[in-house]
Amino acid sequence: MSTQTASKVPEGKPADWVPAGDKQEVVDPEWLMHEAPRTTEFITGSEAAREAIRRCNVDVAISYPITPQSETMQQAGYLYDEGYIKEYYRAEEEIGTMSAISGASRAGVRSLTATSGPGLMRGMEAISSWPGARTPIVLLNMCRVINTPLAIQPDNIEISFLLNTGILHAHGENQQDFYDYTLAAFMVSEEVDVTLPAVVSVDGFFVTHARGHVSMQDAKYKLPPRDGWRSAVPAMDNENPPARISRDAPIQKSNFISYHMHASWQQEVFAAVKRSAKYWRKYLGDLIEVVNPNAKEMIIASGAAVSQARECVRQSEEKGIEVGLIKVKTIRPFPEEEILNAVQNAERIYIPEFNQAGWLHKEVCSTLYGKCKANIIAGPRVYGGMTMPTELLLDWMAEGRKASPSYTF
Amino acid sequence: MSLANLTPSPGFEKWLPIEYRDLVENGPYFRDKKPKVSDMGKFKEIVEEHPMCAGCAMTLFIRLVFIGLPSPEHTVIVGTAGCGRLAISQGSIPFIYGNYGDTNATASGLKRGLDVRFPNQFKDVLVMAGDGGLIDIGFQHLMHGWFRQEKFTTILLDNEVYGNTGGQESGMTRQGQILKMAPRGKKTGKIDAMGLAKVSEVDYIARIAPTNPARVARTVRRAVLVAREIGSSYIQAYTSCNIEYAIPTPDVMQDAFDVEKDRYGFEEIISDRAKEFLAEVEKKEKKDKK
Repeated sequence: MSTQTASKVPEGKPADWVPAGDKQEVVDPEWLMHEAPRTTEFITGSEAAREAIRRCNVDVAISYPITPQSETMQQAGYLYDEGYIKEYYRAEEEIGTMSAISGASRAGVRSLTATSGPGLMRGMEAISSWPGARTPIVLLNMCRVINTPLAIQPDNIEISFLLNTGILHAHGENQQDFYDYTLAAFMVSEEVDVTLPAVVSVDGFFVTHARGHVSMQDAKYKLPPRDGWRSAVPAMDNENPPARISRDAPIQKSNFISYHMHASWQQEVFAAVKRSAKYWRKYLGDLIEVVNPNAKEMIIASGAAVSQARECVRQSEEKGIEVGLIKVKTIRPFPEEEILNAVQNAERIYIPEFNQAGWLHKEVCSTLYGKCKANIIAGPRVYGGMTMPTELLLDWMAEGRKASPSYTF
Repeated sequence: MSLANLTPSPGFEKWLPIEYRDLVENGPYFRDKKPKVSDMGKFKEIVEEHPMCAGCAMTLFIRLVFIGLPSPEHTVIVGTAGCGRLAISQGSIPFIYGNYGDTNATASGLKRGLDVRFPNQFKDVLVMAGDGGLIDIGFQHLMHGWFRQEKFTTILLDNEVYGNTGGQESGMTRQGQILKMAPRGKKTGKIDAMGLAKVSEVDYIARIAPTNPARVARTVRRAVLVAREIGSSYIQAYTSCNIEYAIPTPDVMQDAFDVEKDRYGFEEIISDRAKEFLAEVEKKEKKDKK
């Protein structure tokens, strides 16, 4: 039978059209992240995501609109048109998107999609199956309210639904993080001893629709391509014998062997999450950032709450009070050891969050339980679209001090 | 896949199961002359031992699908929960057993991904799933895959019931049929999936019962070739459930003939461009044979 021909010129492009991605130079990812010269632009988070995608050597991107994510994935469409992404389409909805992108990843190509709150929940059945299938997909998640009454406001409660899926998860503070974490996520997720999907979340609107300074490398550079053969589980390309999970799912039979297979596979997935820590460190420096490490009062935060906490640290300093900050960059793997070490001097810990459930508070409590003497104070929490004024955080801390009057500052 | 990938290294042959060696030496991969339906039983087939019910017509149909594949060495199959996957997963062709009803979305991404990764080697993607998987839970993905003219084949194993979960009515169950979850008989009629494929402008559509093995193999071959070169293809196959419809095992084939005669006659609906393509392919094949 006939075979396909290489590099067909797409309809509507001139005969001598060369995809823009083909003109980019593949460079060492560590050099790109740490040494390549950067220039700074004042752009929105969605634009920062676009610029990251431009340098990520993406093979397949599948989109479906939802506010506040649409901006990014329609920009990905333009990148496809320019030839930075090789294949792109708008899927029927999120279960379709999340299923299709897993199909693309199983083909052994670099795969990207993005969503927000309700879209994430709609695609959740598919998304929660990605880690077990060992599909290194990158999902950009622009957080928003998922609860009824329906709203399109920022709120990051959806992150709590991803915590126990086995997906790698970085939570960006600002536009710069959105850019850097996306580049890192592709590299980490495709490491052989990781081979897991990665989510990069940012708080919708605060990051996606607001401008910030983003330092970026020259667009002539791109990450090395995904090598479909270099993977913990072979691609479903009929070039390699497929993994046993693909041939007959262990869950199909009800006997002790099947129980053990399933159990050991889950153990392996969560072990791979832990193994990814060394690669995240390689690209992000560390899994946490610590400000004022010796402070007796520490704020632990992730996402946009970090920016509010930074301002709180500054304003406290003006009043002569030293407040420390631990910024959690990766939610999965959760930096347990790092946080434990960073709170050794702390007497009181505050955990401001943009959600009602307080998932970060719960994570910190389970990490520090029995290992830290500090009083862990939940909140303040805002949700449903509320902002978090610095005054709220300062007042919360003042209340906390009253509750523990033995402390002096 | 090249034959080298499949062939054991020298010295290892004797340690491999006889079934594996048999597949390499006598299986349908990499043959200039593909085995025919009339050769079944004489060579190593792709499907292994399976746990399907005795007398299951679906199993026979699945075996015939495997014989009909034009290039099993470059095929990936996508399925979902249901009876069919119990047999399909025992084949030596890579099989993605995905989430409930996600087959045609997964196949869309998979096919496009394979095309990006192998620009000089076609890869056939085939969805094989039941009436519940495709017409109920996976309906949206089925329809949108067709609307987008995704280049893969969909085979609907239509046993007109949820067999694997124990006999509940499906969208493909006929009106009035009493089944679990239809205690007073199904209120509405069988969904016209053939008609939906037609209005979606699927390039190759066929309805078939497993009464004529050579015809099944030829239909599968046509559907896969059309998907490879032209656009979407769809085969709707009557594969009775002898358990839930209480068909005595010795009567399963008679039932297939009766149903075929009554309401499941062989029918092909082929677009002009697919007709033209198939005529060309089949003319060349005839010439090569001579």
